[in-house]
Amino acid sequence: MSTDIILCGVGGQGTILASKLIAAAAMKKGIPVKTAETIGMAQRGGSVFSHLRLGAGEGSPLIGKKRADLIIAFEPAEAVRQMPFLKEGGSVVVSSRPILPVSAMIGDATYEVESIMAYLRDKVDRLTVVDSDAAARELGSMKVLNVVLLGAAVRSGALGLSEQDILAAIHERVPARFHELNEKALAFAR
Amino acid sequence: MHSEFLMGNEAIALGALAAGVNLAAGYPGTPSTEILETIAKRGAADVHVEWSINEKAGLEVAAGAAYSGARALVTMKQVGLNVAADPLMSLEYIGVKGGMVIVVADDPGPISSQTEQDTRTFGMFSKVPVFDPSTVAEAYEMVQEAFAFSEKYHTPVFLRPTTRIDHAYEAIEVKDEAEYEQKEREGFVKDASKWVIFPKLSVRSHAAIEARNAELSKVFSDYPRNKILSGAGQQGSLRKGIASHGVSSMYTRDNLAQDNHLPVLHIATPFPFPEELAVKFLEGLDEVLCIEELDPVIERALLMVCGKYHLPTIIRGKLTGDIQTVGENTVESVGKAIDAFLGQSRPEEKAEAVPPLPVRPPVLCAGCPHRASFLAVKEAMRGQKTIYCGDIGCYTLGNAAPLDMCDTCLCMGAGINIAQGVYHMDPQTKCFAFVGDSTFFAAGITGTVNAFYNQADMTLVVLDNSTTAMTGHQPHPGTGKTIRGEVVEAVSIEKVLRAIGLSVVETVNPLDHAEAVATVKRVASEPGVKAIIFKSPCVVLAKPAARSKVEAEKCIGCQKCIRSLGCPALVLQEGKAFIDETLCTGCTLCESICPVGAIAGGEKL
Ligand code: SF4
Ligand code: SF4
Repeated sequence: MSTDIILCGVGGQGTILASKLIAAAAMKKGIPVKTAETIGMAQRGGSVFSHLRLGAGEGSPLIGKKRADLIIAFEPAEAVRQMPFLKEGGSVVVSSRPILPVSAMIGDATYEVESIMAYLRDKVDRLTVVDSDAAARELGSMKVLNVVLLGAAVRSGALGLSEQDILAAIHERVPARFHELNEKALAFAR
Repeated sequence: MHSEFLMGNEAIALGALAAGVNLAAGYPGTPSTEILETIAKRGAADVHVEWSINEKAGLEVAAGAAYSGARALVTMKQVGLNVAADPLMSLEYIGVKGGMVIVVADDPGPISSQTEQDTRTFGMFSKVPVFDPSTVAEAYEMVQEAFAFSEKYHTPVFLRPTTRIDHAYEAIEVKDEAEYEQKEREGFVKDASKWVIFPKLSVRSHAAIEARNAELSKVFSDYPRNKILSGAGQQGSLRKGIASHGVSSMYTRDNLAQDNHLPVLHIATPFPFPEELAVKFLEGLDEVLCIEELDPVIERALLMVCGKYHLPTIIRGKLTGDIQTVGENTVESVGKAIDAFLGQSRPEEKAEAVPPLPVRPPVLCAGCPHRASFLAVKEAMRGQKTIYCGDIGCYTLGNAAPLDMCDTCLCMGAGINIAQGVYHMDPQTKCFAFVGDSTFFAAGITGTVNAFYNQADMTLVVLDNSTTAMTGHQPHPGTGKTIRGEVVEAVSIEKVLRAIGLSVVETVNPLDHAEAVATVKRVASEPGVKAIIFKSPCVVLAKPAARSKVEAEKCIGCQKCIRSLGCPALVLQEGKAFIDETLCTGCTLCESICPVGAIAGGEKL
C-alpha cells in the first residue's frame, strides 16, 4: 500500500517538522519513505510544500498531479494552490486561519478567504477544517499548529498512521519539555 | 551497514566520508549547502573542512590537497561553478594525484538561482567527466565510485545532482564508520614538469585528455549505472524507446505502466558519453524520446551516435519540441510527453475556475535589519536621482514593494562594479551598491578596489548581519567562526575598506533610524568611494527582548507603518495597525515611522 501526501503552507509555519514526523512514524512501521521539500530562498514568508511518498518503492520523490491521497494545508489559500495534486476522492485537512501576504497588506493583491473556503467545501468530499484560532487559544501557542493538523489528519483516516505512531515520532524528535504541549495539540478537537 | 533517513546532500557527504575524503571545501549555495555542513558534523576530526571565501578559492584548496595524494571534495551550486571556471579549466590539464570530486548542484526551475545552466554541458566544455545520480541512494554510492575513477584516471570529476536529489529524503543503507576507506597520502612531491602549467605541457595534456576521454566512453559503456532497462520494444507499428537521466528517469518510471513495452536507456555518465551502450540501445529502434532536464545533452549525443554509425533512428526531445526546453520536469510533464510520443492522448483537462489566490513571494523577515537599512537610504536620498545596485543574498528581496530598493542584480559582487559603470556614464546619478557581509568577502573586495583605483564616485553599503543568511546561516571570515564552530580571529570589513584606501567608512546600527538616516546623508555627500557598514545581526540569530505594540486609541489608521515597511508582522485589523506578536522581533523600526507615536515597547537584544 502506498500513500502520497502533500504538506503545504507558508515558510516558517513548521511544515518541514510535520513532514519529518510523518516520515519518522512511517519508517518505524517499516514503510519506505521518500520526501521532497522546498527549502532555501522560499523559506521565509513564501509558499512552501513537502511531498511525502509512503511506500512508493522505486518511484520519484515528487507526486504527480491528481495523485495525492491527502493534502495537509497550514493555510487556506495554500490548500487551493495544491488542489491540482489531489486525486479524485482524496482528503484535505486545512487550517482555517488565513495568512495575508505582504502584497495583500499593501493592497497589491487580494485575499478573499470566504471564496477560498467555499471552493474547498465545494470541491473536496473529505474536508476537515481545523479551527486554528481556537487551537491557538486553547493551547496558548501557534507553534504547535503542525501537530494539531497531524492529529486531524490521523483522525481523517487518510494518513494511514495512528495517534500512537505520531506520538512515538514526537517523543523521538521533539525535546522532552514540549512533549505535554504536543500531546495536547495532537489530541485537540478529538 | 546501517539504515538512515537522509537528505541527498547528507548522503553525498556520508558517501565522501566513506570514500575516505581528507579535505572538503566549498562556498554555500542552494541546493548544495548541506553537503559540507554534514561533513563538518559527521566527519572525523582529521578531515579538513572549510567554507572557502568563494568557489574559486575552494577549488584551488582542494586541488592542493589532491596534488598531495589526498582525496578532496569541493561543493558549490551551478552558478558558483562559473566563479571556479578559471582554475577548473587549467586543473583539468594538470590533473590530480589523489581523487578529486567536484559536486556541482544544478537547479532546474530554477528554484533559487539566477540561471538554469547545465553542468553536464560544462563537463563537455571543460572535458571533465560527469556523474549524474538519479536517487539519493545512488548519489551515496556514486560519490564513492567517482573518487575511484578520479584517482584511477588522474582527473577531477563532477558529481552533478539536481535539487530533487539534493533536497529529497530517502531511507538508505550506509556504511558504518569502521567500514570507511582509509587513504594513505604521500604529500606533495615536487615535479615542475607535472604541476607547472606551461604551453608545452598544455599541448601534451590536451592530447592525453582527448585519448583518455575516448577510453572513458568505452569504460562507461560497461559502468553498471549506465543501463538499458529492457521492455519488449514493440509499441504499435513503430519500435520506440526512451532515453533519460537523473530524477527524470524516476518520473519516467512513475509514468510507465507495470506492463511497459518501452526499453529505457538510463545515462548516469553523460560525459564522456557511453557510446557503445547507446549503439546497442539504438539498433532496432525507430524512434527514441530523450527526457532530460536543462540542456539536450543526451539528445545531442544520440544524434551524434546516429550520424556516426549511420543509424536511422529518429531522436526526439528538446530540439524537436517534444520536451519542454526550460524549467523543471515533473511527473506530469514527463507523462504528457510520453503519451504524445506513443500517440496516446490523455483526457483534456478543462481549466477550472479557481478563486483568486494571493501571490506569496518570499519577503524579508519581520524585524530584518536589511529593511531598516534600505529604509534609511531611501529616506536620506528622497528626491535625488539614484541607482540602487543590489547583489546576491537575502537583501535581493529588498526589490519587492513597498521597499523597491534593488534596481539591478546580476551575480555575486557585480553590484559594486555596475554602480561604477552607471556613474561613469552619468555622474549626476547618486550610485549605491548594496552588498552583504558574506558576499563582500566572496566577491566584493575586488570591485571596491576597482572603484577606488578607477576614481568612481559611489557609496558602498555593506549590509552586515554577521552571517550568510540566505543559505542557512553559515559563518564567514567576518564572523570569527569556522564551519566546525572553532573561534578564530575575525576579519574586519571596516579595516579592509580602510586598507584599500577609503577614508570615509562609517559603521552604524540600521535600527537606530534617525542616526542611520543622518549617516547616509553625511556619507553620500562625500566625494569618491565611501562606505557605510550597517551592522545588526540577522533576526534568526537574535531574540527579541520585548515586542512592539500598537496602542489602538492612538492609532489613526493611516497605515503608514504597513505601507512603507512591508513588515510581515504588521497587519491591518478593523482599520487599525496590529502587530502579530508571534512574528515581531521588537526591532522598533515601525515605532520610528508612525507619525503619531502609536507604536512603542519594542526592544531588540
Ligand atoms: S517592531 Fe515593527 S517593524 Fe519591527 S518586527 Fe515588530 S512590527 Fe515589524
Ligand atoms: S503609522 Fe501609526 S497611526 Fe498609522 S496605522 Fe501605523 S500605527 Fe496607526
